[in-house]
Formats: sequence, C-alpha cells, structure tokens
Amino acid sequence: MPSRRRALLILLSLATALLASVAVSLATGSVALSPGEVLRALIGDEGGLGGEVVRSLRLPRALAGLACGGLLALAGALMQVLLKNPLADPYVLGISGGASVGALAAMLFGLPLMLLHAGAFGGALAAMLLVFGLAHGDGSWTQTRLLLTGVIVAAGCGALVALMLSIAPEFQLRGMLFWLMGDLSQAESPWPALVILLLGLACVLPFSRDLGLLARGEISAQVLGVPVDGLRLLIYALASLFTAVAVNVAGSIGFIGLIVPHLVRLAAGNDLRLLLPASVLAGGTLLVVADTLARILVAPQQLPVGVLTALLGVPVFLYLLSRQPERSGP
Amino acid sequence: MTANADRDAPPLLVTQSLAVTIAGRTLVRSLDLSLRRGETLAILGRNGSGKTSLLHTLAGLRPAAAGRIELCGRPYAEHAPRAAAQLRGLLAQTHSDAFPASVLETALIGRHPHLGRWDWEGAGDERIARAVLASVGLAGLEAREVHTLSGGERQRLAIATLLSQQPLLYLLDEPLAHLDLSHQILMLELVQRYATECQAGFIVALHDMNLALRYCQRALLLYGDGRWKEGPSAEVLTAASLSELYGHALREISDGDARHFIAA
Repeated sequence: MPSRRRALLILLSLATALLASVAVSLATGSVALSPGEVLRALIGDEGGLGGEVVRSLRLPRALAGLACGGLLALAGALMQVLLKNPLADPYVLGISGGASVGALAAMLFGLPLMLLHAGAFGGALAAMLLVFGLAHGDGSWTQTRLLLTGVIVAAGCGALVALMLSIAPEFQLRGMLFWLMGDLSQAESPWPALVILLLGLACVLPFSRDLGLLARGEISAQVLGVPVDGLRLLIYALASLFTAVAVNVAGSIGFIGLIVPHLVRLAAGNDLRLLLPASVLAGGTLLVVADTLARILVAPQQLPVGVLTALLGVPVFLYLLSRQPERSGP
Repeated sequence: MTANADRDAPPLLVTQSLAVTIAGRTLVRSLDLSLRRGETLAILGRNGSGKTSLLHTLAGLRPAAAGRIELCGRPYAEHAPRAAAQLRGLLAQTHSDAFPASVLETALIGRHPHLGRWDWEGAGDERIARAVLASVGLAGLEAREVHTLSGGERQRLAIATLLSQQPLLYLLDEPLAHLDLSHQILMLELVQRYATECQAGFIVALHDMNLALRYCQRALLLYGDGRWKEGPSAEVLTAASLSELYGHALREISDGDARHFIAA
C-alpha cells in the first residue's frame, strides 16, 4: 500500500511525463518548431504559419488525444472493478460496437459530420442501455451476466459493422475503416471531452477506497459500509459515458483501456486511490505519444492511431499475461 | 422505541418474528432472538438449513422476509452504512481475490469504516492490523501476496481483517473452515477472549457441536423447515435434539464434567 506521499510523487512524475508528451507533440510534425516557438505560439505571440499550426491543428489534437486516452484508461480501470475481472476493458460491454454501428450507418447514408458524431454517441448509449436492461432483466446483477450480455451485444454489433462494410460503396470504405481503427485527425474541439474527464474524475476519486473494496467482492464491501448497488450503477454509467465520449471524439481506439490500468498496477500497486488518477495521466500520455508517432512515422501520410496503440499494446499485454498467469481472472 | 425501554443499553441485536426465505422456501420462521454484549451464540444446522442466509440477514445484507431486526436498538434502515459497519462485522464463507494484494493490505481494509473519505491508513491503523495478524498466527507474513497463502492461512487472514474492523457484533460464517485443530481452538479462544475482554457479541455458524458446547454460551438449532430452537448450549445441545437436527443418530459420552457427542 503506497503512502500518500509516494502516491503524490508518482502522480507528479506522471503529470510531468504527460506535459512532456504534449510539448513534443506540439513541436513535431511537417513543420518542426523549437520549444521557444511553441511557447510563443501558445501565448499567442507567434504569428505566421507556426503559430497557426500549433494553435489550430496540433494543440486541439494533442488535447483530444490526452482527453481520450485519459477517458479510456479511466473507463478501463472502472470496468475492471465493476466486472472484478482484470481482462475487462471499456469495449467489453459492447459500447464501442454500438458506437461503430451508429457512426458507420451515418457514413453509409452520407450524413454530415455532426450527425456522424450523434450517431456514434447514440449508438454507444443504445448499446449501454440494451446491455444494462437485459443484464438487469431478472433483478439480479451478477458480473457474469453483465459480461455475457455485453459480449453478445458486441458480437451482434460486429456483424452489423461487417454487413455495412460489405455493402458500402468503394469511396466510403477508407473513411469507415479509419473511423473503426481510431483516428484523432477528425477530432473537433477537445474541450467537452476534457471537461467530462475532469468532472468524471472528480465524481470517482472520493469513492476510490470504496471502489477498491468493491473490487474485492460485494459482500465484504457491503459489510464494511460501501453502498454497493449505488456505486456499481455509478461506475457502470460513468465508464459507459467515458467510453462513448472517447469513441465519439476519436473512433474506437483499442488497448488503452486494457493495458494502461495494468501497467500502472504493475508499477505502483493496486490501490485505486492511486490507480485511478495515475491511469488517467498514463493513458493520456500513451495516446498523445501514439498519435504523434501516427502523424510522423510515414509522413506526410497519417496512420490511424488505433493501429499504433494496438501494435504497442499487444506485445505489452502478452508480456503481462505470461508474467502473471496466476492473476488472470477470478 | 426499543422493546425493553429500561435503563440498560439496548441489546446488540434483537429480532422479532424474523423470517428468512430463499426462493419461496421458508427456512426460518418467527425467530425471536436477543444478543447482549459479551454473549456468544452458536448456530447449528444441516447444509442448506439457512445458517448463511440468516447471518446475512442479521448483518443487514439481505432484507428479512418478515419481522424486524434491530442493531443496537435501531433497525438497519436507520443506520448509515458506515455507522453500521462500525457496529457489526461479518466473516463471509468465501473470499475473492481478483486482484493482487498483500496480507497487510488485506487486513487493513477492515479499517475502512473508521477512516474518513479522504483519509489514508495511518500508523495507528497499521499497528492494529499487525496486532490482529499476530493474534491469528500470521505475524511475519505481512508482505506475502494473498494468492500465495494456503486455504487455512487465507481463512485466518479473513478473520484478522474482521478483527481489525473492531465491531461490537461479530457474525461468523463457519470460521473454522479450512483450519487445523490447533487453529480451530485458537480461533474459538480468541472469540471467548473478545467476548469477555471487549464485551463483544458473537453469532457463529458451526458444524462441530462439541466445540459449540464448549465455547458458546448459547446455541440456536435451525431445522431448515422454519422450526428453530434456542437456549443455553448445555440445555439445547442433547443427543436427542442433535439427532433430530442432523437426521443422524448421535450418542452422548461423559468424561468427568465434560459432555461429548459422537455419531452413532
């Protein structure tokens, strides 16, 4: 169990890493800028091309990456508590499946970008309500039932996505695939996602010790005075909302929600008072770094960032699994 | 307000006409029980006779099918969850460890109801956790990962976690499961010590009628069909009543003052 001081030190160093990743992301790209130029651009002194690039292109994109990475990592940590399963991630309950169906349908019918976002968000919420409604059907609410319902709904959404891809006209396919793989270049204003991330964190942090008990089992948590039912509903709703918002901004980006909580857990232990904020910072850093790489690796072409997080995530995750076979799943 | 509005503090736990049902089957009917501080009560019954369900109902974890429960003079609805957690604790039958944790961390979770929302466990909490770990014979294992413990060690850790919670009323669901003989005796002596020194109350589901007779002042027999019988252990625990309870003939053997039951 980390002491409060050690927890603050870890959070401080993660925050520094996040700031550094954002700074690098602002300075790199087709127009390379010095740190001084970036700083001047941020405070609005730098006119010309550099200032324009930083203020209207790179900064919104970096902040969107930060917000989405933080949201996905936080949602993943919460889902792992909710399902008491270290393998849970934000997409396991079919939320991104629903969002993909909504977004691809909007693309298929040639709807404008705003309706595409509405479609993605609506699809995510619809999948979330469907899973919750079905899993709650008989009044009981076991995590196995929730998990099964989510996996089934996700599979159904996958089939719908495949159907839409197969009947989509050629010229729409590329956009659809990029959306499915996660892409921050479409990100509009990052502020709503950032605000939701901060508000969500403020909702969750006061309950982080209760959540730690919940992850150890409902009965013992309830005996120790944790309002189990209300808390489970809260984290289900919040994790779904975080995922829906992140998917809405950047498409479906895999592995952040799964590996970041595990990386933090390995490095700093399983105390949720530290794990939750540390996951937000580490998730934001990872996505900002991945997106910077996606922009510059094969410039001027851009890669979908979801491909990079998965390429980084798969080996790390396999390594973790093989390292701790005894800890996988209840 | 209370049933016996006298000068004394209300009993730790009072039930009036309590019924426990599972899937439409009534396991316990019209249970009237009162437990004061310092008292120990054993619950005996066959598998599926409702011992666990009754304990969970008494802990306020599941609603009573009928009747009334009062913890320290007030129903659970009038206790905030945290306040109730400072008054009663439960040793559950199963312990899940989905995520890694050390022995000390696990013992410290019992301190949860005593900490404020933003508090972290302090030196005092750690001292309590280390002391209870030592009292169940787990001193020296504080840094061990929980999933490396044996079944008996895990059970003793669960008991230590409950002790670090420091409630007034202890509800123990088969505390002797997985324990070897010497640790069974150690745990029951711990129960006796807490009952006399801390004036805590204990309700203990047990399968060993001899240990119940020796260590618990009172006994509650659950027949599983709604009937129950409660009274001082020495009176309630007889060869006849136990034979009926378990559906298997038992014989009583006397060894000086001590009485023992063996399966016939």
